[in-house]
Amino acid sequence: MTAALSISLDVNGERVDAQVLPRLNLADFLREHLKLTGTHIGCEHGVCGACTVRVNGEIVRSCLMLAAQTHGAAVETIEGLSDSGEIADLQANFRDRNALQCGFCTPGMLIAAQDLLKQHDAPDRERIREHLSGNYCRCTGYQAIVDAVETTARARIGRQP
Amino acid sequence: MEEGKVTPMKAAAFSYARATSVMDALELLVAHGDKAKVLSGGQSLMPAMNLRLISPELIVDIGELAELRGVAVNGDVLTIGALTRHVDLARSPEIASHAPLLTEAIAHVAHPAIRNRGTIGGSLAHADPASELPACMLALNATIVIRSQGGERRMAAADFFTGIYETALSPEELLVAVELPVGRRNPSHFFSEFARRHGDYAIVGLAAQALVERDVLTDLRLVFFAVGDRPVLATAANRLVNGAITPAVLSDASADLAAELDPQGDQQASASMRRHLAKVLLARCVAALLGRPDLCAGASA
Amino acid sequence: MTITSTNPEILSVLDRPNSYIGKAVPRPNLDRLTQGRGLYVSDMELPRMAHVVFLRSPHAHAKIIGIDAAAAGRMPGVIAIVTGKDLADVITPWVGVLSHLKGLKSAPQHAIAIDRVCWQGEAVAAIVANSRAVAEDAAEIVSVEYEELDAVTDMRTALDPATPVIHPSLGDNLAFERNLDAGAVDAAFAASDEVVEADFVFGRHTGVTLEPRSVVADWNPAEARLTIYQGTQAPHMVQNIAALHLGLEESQVRVVCKDVGGSFGIKVHIYADEMATYALSKRLRRPVKFVADRVESFNTDIHARDHRCKGKIGVKRDGTITAFEIDDLTGIGPYSMYPRTSAIEANQVVNLVGGPYVTKNYRARARVVFQNKNVMCQYRAVGHPIACSVTEGLVDLAALKIGMDPVEIRLRNLIADDAYPCASPSGLRFEQLSHHAAINKLMKMMDYDALRAEQAALRARNIHRGIGIASFIEVTNPSAAFYGVGGAKISSQDGVAVRLDAQGSVICQTSITEQGQGSESLTAQIVGSVLGVSMERVRVILGDTDNTPYGGGTWASRGAGIGGEAALQAAKVLRNNILDVAAAILQSTPAELDIVDDAIVNASDGSSRIALKELARIVYFRPDTLPPGIQPELMATRHFVPREYPFAFTNGVQASWLEVDTDTGFVKLLRHWVVEDCGTIINPQLVDEQIRGGVVQGLGAALFEKCIYDERGQLTNANMADYLVPMSGEMPDIDIGHVVSPTLETELGAKGAGEAGTAGAAAAVANAVNDALRPFGAIISEIPLTPQVILTALGRI
Repeated sequence: MTAALSISLDVNGERVDAQVLPRLNLADFLREHLKLTGTHIGCEHGVCGACTVRVNGEIVRSCLMLAAQTHGAAVETIEGLSDSGEIADLQANFRDRNALQCGFCTPGMLIAAQDLLKQHDAPDRERIREHLSGNYCRCTGYQAIVDAVETTARARIGRQP
Repeated sequence: MEEGKVTPMKAAAFSYARATSVMDALELLVAHGDKAKVLSGGQSLMPAMNLRLISPELIVDIGELAELRGVAVNGDVLTIGALTRHVDLARSPEIASHAPLLTEAIAHVAHPAIRNRGTIGGSLAHADPASELPACMLALNATIVIRSQGGERRMAAADFFTGIYETALSPEELLVAVELPVGRRNPSHFFSEFARRHGDYAIVGLAAQALVERDVLTDLRLVFFAVGDRPVLATAANRLVNGAITPAVLSDASADLAAELDPQGDQQASASMRRHLAKVLLARCVAALLGRPDLCAGASA
Repeated sequence: MTITSTNPEILSVLDRPNSYIGKAVPRPNLDRLTQGRGLYVSDMELPRMAHVVFLRSPHAHAKIIGIDAAAAGRMPGVIAIVTGKDLADVITPWVGVLSHLKGLKSAPQHAIAIDRVCWQGEAVAAIVANSRAVAEDAAEIVSVEYEELDAVTDMRTALDPATPVIHPSLGDNLAFERNLDAGAVDAAFAASDEVVEADFVFGRHTGVTLEPRSVVADWNPAEARLTIYQGTQAPHMVQNIAALHLGLEESQVRVVCKDVGGSFGIKVHIYADEMATYALSKRLRRPVKFVADRVESFNTDIHARDHRCKGKIGVKRDGTITAFEIDDLTGIGPYSMYPRTSAIEANQVVNLVGGPYVTKNYRARARVVFQNKNVMCQYRAVGHPIACSVTEGLVDLAALKIGMDPVEIRLRNLIADDAYPCASPSGLRFEQLSHHAAINKLMKMMDYDALRAEQAALRARNIHRGIGIASFIEVTNPSAAFYGVGGAKISSQDGVAVRLDAQGSVICQTSITEQGQGSESLTAQIVGSVLGVSMERVRVILGDTDNTPYGGGTWASRGAGIGGEAALQAAKVLRNNILDVAAAILQSTPAELDIVDDAIVNASDGSSRIALKELARIVYFRPDTLPPGIQPELMATRHFVPREYPFAFTNGVQASWLEVDTDTGFVKLLRHWVVEDCGTIINPQLVDEQIRGGVVQGLGAALFEKCIYDERGQLTNANMADYLVPMSGEMPDIDIGHVVSPTLETELGAKGAGEAGTAGAAAAVANAVNDALRPFGAIISEIPLTPQVILTALGRI
């Protein structure tokens, strides 16, 4: 009974049907079965945030979900958010501000930042830091990331920094 | 798990069943006993499985059981379904209105991505002594609603938590809801925890609910967490009700508290540090509830 | 961000029109990372690739009596189970010593332990399967019989006669000892008005790179070639060592670096499990992938900074520091790491203590002892954090003792900005530093006097804030003096090959590597500026031993200073070659022409003569139209190696402003400042971001990070919930300023900047906490400064 089960879900707008072992977590499913390697694995115990994706519009840690739990769900990864253009401004600001160095935390960080911006128009720096407090970055020390998110927020509501 | 083992990070194999109803879930639990684990939010279960700290044979996924979700007020009872996610609690107007202690506490639970999946039922059943929700249940005088094949039973939250990761729940039972008494009176609340970083487990925390009339506490429930193997409803509160609170009274209550707590020592804090921090929280709580910063000698950071 | 130049000399090649030097241009090719379309080694898949999981010792020290893998080997999906003995046929052991570290001794280390394990986490067997999960399932049923041995887990007693010797053939547990005695220390202490001592204790750290160590080793038996995909900082070093130990020619090994998810020095070393992976691929004749998981990373990535250092300082009433003395003890693992050795960190501590100051009297002893804990080696700012924390902590203690302001005592003792070149008592040669310009700039940036006033006002309200200052020097651009002289096959030179292709694009191949600091960008900026082409046209290839010049890679903050200079020189030659051809085509002379904005122009008035792509077309496809005898050469290679100074020292100063809650021991970091002098700044944004990232690693050291071993050698906090790394909620904003003292050793004038932030941040925070707690008389010389430590020092618990 540890046999594979069938799941059917939507990934980045594309219908996916797959046979997965029960123990396969969502991060591994995305990376190994669908070859969507933009979702990164940093700890596998839910602490670092590198594996952050969106399920049914909400951010989750894909290392803490079973692929089996996504049957019938809509999953969005960094590749999908990039291709739709939803975070193009955020990505451009990250690039311009050098809010990424090695880039490994970046997909998770962008998805978490976008989650914040969808909920709050004008987050102050403290709120930005708080919302991103579950996303580990070893390279930047966070300030550039906060700057880039702040710049994006301001531009989105039509004010200049 | 063998001590010293440099552990693997992929879960061991298990079977998976998606429960279609509460009855269905209960049948599976009866059939498999302690070889089965209930999967609700997965935010505590999954790390444990990835680290192979536990290796259940069967995972019973109750995530589809919509009947276990939701917040509703009926008369003087606010019912929260076990599958209600932390994020839903945070956004719930009923909870903000009737149990604002919970609204405030939820902000301290881990991080947004965790709160989007974690459930109140899962958190209570997991019974981590350092977590926020069990303590809130005690502070709010909650009743835990448990269902088995034999029916439903209710139990006071104060009796539900029996040890580290231990509750009164048997392997064949499911926590289905919590019920909070919501009276006509307007309680005050206080919530604070000391954690090294945002979202970390508390080193020591306090969830408190009180009735304040003029400068007197006519009712006070002080529930400390991360101070032992379960949340502690402090009897030190008795010193502080129905009387004027002077520094001497607070000091006595503080001494009572230090005596009744038996905290663990670990990498984060020694037992004596936990006792000390509990006393700091007590002072800050009382000062906040009464609007008396003079009672709280400490500085703010 | 302002730049105050202490050297106004104009650098001619850099003074070009539309130069990118000094501009905060965005790094090229970041879209692939922001879109999640990078290629990290942990993403890689090759046909027939197998996965390896290492079964690791649960004991800190034990004999391996037997390994029974029969049942595990029969599990479906398992390809092979390989022990240390099996692998010894394929790969030879190594010893991590260098001849210039006199007396350094270590024992041979195997890719997989044979007969004995020496730290909890050392691999005893490799399980190779068609997935990691299956390999882990099999690992669970491999049975290993151990006989536990006594473990050496306290560096303080490692040299006691009663303590077991980990490697009897070495005689004792002393890996290395260095003694230094400069000036007249005893006389200096005797002549001091005050002498202060303190014991400094540091937490053992680890890098916690977000992408764990990852390797794909691909031995192709038909080509007899091994391709190693690895996030290493030094691909040629890996090539050299893999070939050496696998019995291959250097040319049979290719090392390819893809995107690297963080390194900071963690991935510059040679790891037993990675060597085992190379060997497994060769033995199994197929690609093998190893990706460390997080718990494994904690147990096996190099640790660093496990030191106990006694420090002593002498001072006169007028603030003159008379002498420094240290006695440093560090406990490494059971082996000195290969090939850079685990003695370098202690050696650096001895070199660097007292560095910013004029004091000539300095005595030091450093001892490095073996322990049955994880191996230890160079991690960002190697030794600097220890040296800086000790030095700056002592200076503050001296100031306190004589009742002098901590800035004042520094102003009286920092080496004067016009005193160069000069040397430190430990023999470090300084070309040109700017300690005074830096600290003066810092004072203005932070408005020191205003903060002191604020501190005083808040103290009256029982709110305790503190200011901490830390001056530092930093080693960058190392010559062969670091490793080469000791026999390590680690190159201290780097090369860049640059060419103009047929449609006018410029292709650069560089031997430095990229882990996110901006190596690709600095190369493109320099080449674009020197050549006169837009950066969009410049493509940089790095991290491939088949496709780049031979070089050292990126470590010890050498990429900009050394690799950048090679890029500059190569671009100069290419520019001259292009102008030679242009002159021939245009019937002009090179001196009358220039290259600006992708075109050949008249030097006199900038008017366009011919587009570069047109010139390229002619050279590549219509050389028949060129004047007779011309052999155009549109490719140039130059290497650079530091010859004059063994290291290009940089300097800086940091300040921390924080608040201590004396009821709870919690520290809130309010703000942080750095003024840094790294010479010519190629990209100010990238430099500042390196500093910020480095500072935050130092803040982690100051408040949070510590590998906690119990007395049995078990690492008890090997996960990310218990080993605390800095997250965004607790970190301050960091303000950065610069002074610019270019090195004259290169035309570029750039020194390194990658490690400065980490060098001084913990020292600044420790000094700030002690400053905040001054009214309580508590002095703490231990990091991390956890609430427990602070409350204990305050006597609250």
